Amino acid sequence: MKAKAIQLLNYSGFSWAVPIVKLASGEDIKQQFTILWKRIGMPFCAIVLFLFLWSVAAKNVQTSLGVLPGPVMVYHQANVLWQEHMGERTKAREFYARQDARNTAILQQNPDATIKTVSYPGKATYIDQIITSLKTVFMGFVIASLIALPIGILCGSSKNVMTALNPIIQVLKPVSPLAWLPIVTMVISAVYTTNNGWFEKSFIISALTVSLCSLWPTLLNTAMGVASVNTDYINVARVLQLSPFKKTTKVVLPATLPLIFTGLRISLGVGWMVLIAAEMLAQNPGLGKFVWDEFQNGSSDSLARIMVAVITIGLIGFMLDQLMVALQRLVSFE
Amino acid sequence: MIATKSRSDLKQNREKNLREMEEMSLREVSLDIKNLTKIYPTPKGEYVVLEDLNLRVREGEFISIIGHSGCGKTTLLTMIAGLNEITGGQILLNEFPITGPGPDRGVIFQSPSLFPWMTALENVLLGVRQVFPGGSKKEQQDICKYYLSKVGLEDSFFKKASDLSQGMQQRVGIARAFALKPKILLLDEPFGMLDSLTRGELQDVLLDVWNREKITAVQITHDVDEAIFLADRVIMMTSGPKAQVGDILKIEFDRPRDRKQILEHVDYYKYREYLIDFLEH
Ligand SMILES: Nc1ncnc2c1ncn2[C@@H]1O[C@H](COP(=O)(O)OP(=O)(O)O)[C@@H](O)[C@H]1O
Ligand SMILES: [Mg+2]
Repeated sequence: MKAKAIQLLNYSGFSWAVPIVKLASGEDIKQQFTILWKRIGMPFCAIVLFLFLWSVAAKNVQTSLGVLPGPVMVYHQANVLWQEHMGERTKAREFYARQDARNTAILQQNPDATIKTVSYPGKATYIDQIITSLKTVFMGFVIASLIALPIGILCGSSKNVMTALNPIIQVLKPVSPLAWLPIVTMVISAVYTTNNGWFEKSFIISALTVSLCSLWPTLLNTAMGVASVNTDYINVARVLQLSPFKKTTKVVLPATLPLIFTGLRISLGVGWMVLIAAEMLAQNPGLGKFVWDEFQNGSSDSLARIMVAVITIGLIGFMLDQLMVALQRLVSFE
Repeated sequence: MIATKSRSDLKQNREKNLREMEEMSLREVSLDIKNLTKIYPTPKGEYVVLEDLNLRVREGEFISIIGHSGCGKTTLLTMIAGLNEITGGQILLNEFPITGPGPDRGVIFQSPSLFPWMTALENVLLGVRQVFPGGSKKEQQDICKYYLSKVGLEDSFFKKASDLSQGMQQRVGIARAFALKPKILLLDEPFGMLDSLTRGELQDVLLDVWNREKITAVQITHDVDEAIFLADRVIMMTSGPKAQVGDILKIEFDRPRDRKQILEHVDYYKYREYLIDFLEH
């Protein structure tokens, strides 16, 4: 039971909580407290120190929107944003309830009447923006992986393909999302003309920009992994005369999986970073647009709200990274 | 009681043993290596590892190859396995020339080279599926389980290969090779990475399975005792470049062999001395 719990924590990236489990089971109290202090106590002190320095420094910075907000103001704005979200949700619920009541009343008078259902027209809240951003980055990440994995496998399996594609890869890799965005926007606007498609146009533009910037780490890591599969494994595959398909799925890919996941992890990180920039510039919904809107808004609360966004972006990026670490641990065989 | 041999007896046998090989009737020969030459291109020019190497191995015979490090033993074995290109000459297996790798030659590599993401059973199964594609799932699994049991792993079918010790991994390697029912077994210093205790255990396991199957076997080793214990003949390779077969020693112990009896046999030390003498000159 305890061993299971510890393993679970280790796999899910919560290894700092392991000493707590061990403490709870009465294992070598003194040693566990030392570990606990190192893993939780010291980071905690650092955070407190950081917040203190921030609040002191912020007081001394005057901007055109007033004094730079400190941690307390930011925390307050985070609460406000949450209240706004809950408020919108309540209004939406009431709106739908009213609409339902109206419709049932109409149907009671005349069962053949045609009724209208309208979706709630309220504005997107902060939480909605976060969800949109997550959806977009996920979509972009999936597209990037679908492109990067096959090309990476191809590059890794054949030196010639790698030599041929290498210059293109190296040149496209460092291009900034801000440079891709206009091109993607124009192309998507030209190609994706239906308005009742599955996805919003802006959603696809952001997702594709994310893909274009984030596919490279996965591609290169996959290529490197496939090219450096242990020759003994390849020899076993040759002796057994595995078909190319079987060789790829049974030997090459499993052997490369840890490296592929390292690539995917970097890609997701890059994607998240790129997404915020793309949303900001393209006025696509999401956290980036939230930041931009607040900046344009220029009210006295704006800076604090932007700082809430900064912290949210950081926390989500960290969580996505931890998720990938956990997945990577699951597939690695060493 | 076998008549004991003097050292000069063994020496005189050299010509005889080499000649005998040439005179083996083709029908009893399993592996026939003719004028084999291997050249590696290197930045400093061509490096001739093997030149005009000749070797014949009887059906059901176990031979050990010894020679100095770097003389070309691995090169020879990988060419038989079809994993390394032949520069000149020919290798015939049951009268057919070898053109590439195939499961009719079971290879046991120096490192176990199991797939760590598969269980012991899956590692063996991967090959068995290739050689007996017509068999039912159950039949295929039974073959794997039979050989895994024979190497002492009846309790570890479903253990991940990465969770097994080196010695146990190499046991799976042995099971994997035998389960293919190959025409010949090729072993490249299979126990070289193991401690001496485990090595002894695995030699016993290998001999035990081999005694049942009597598959022609070519084993490379740097361990003189291992060569004597396992082989019918010990092939001594000259040092490279241009290595050839320098001498052959027949090991005339009865089979099945028992380690203790062999260690107590008078001839054992003569064989041993002879091989060490060859390696030191
Ligand atoms: N792929 C290769 N290219 C160039 N030289 C090689 C290659 N493989 C082996 N050699 C050289 O050939 C010689 C024989 O190597 P090898 O067959 O591994 O010897 P052994 O197994 O007897 O120790 C060595 O000198 C080695 O450096
Ligand atoms: Mg070698």
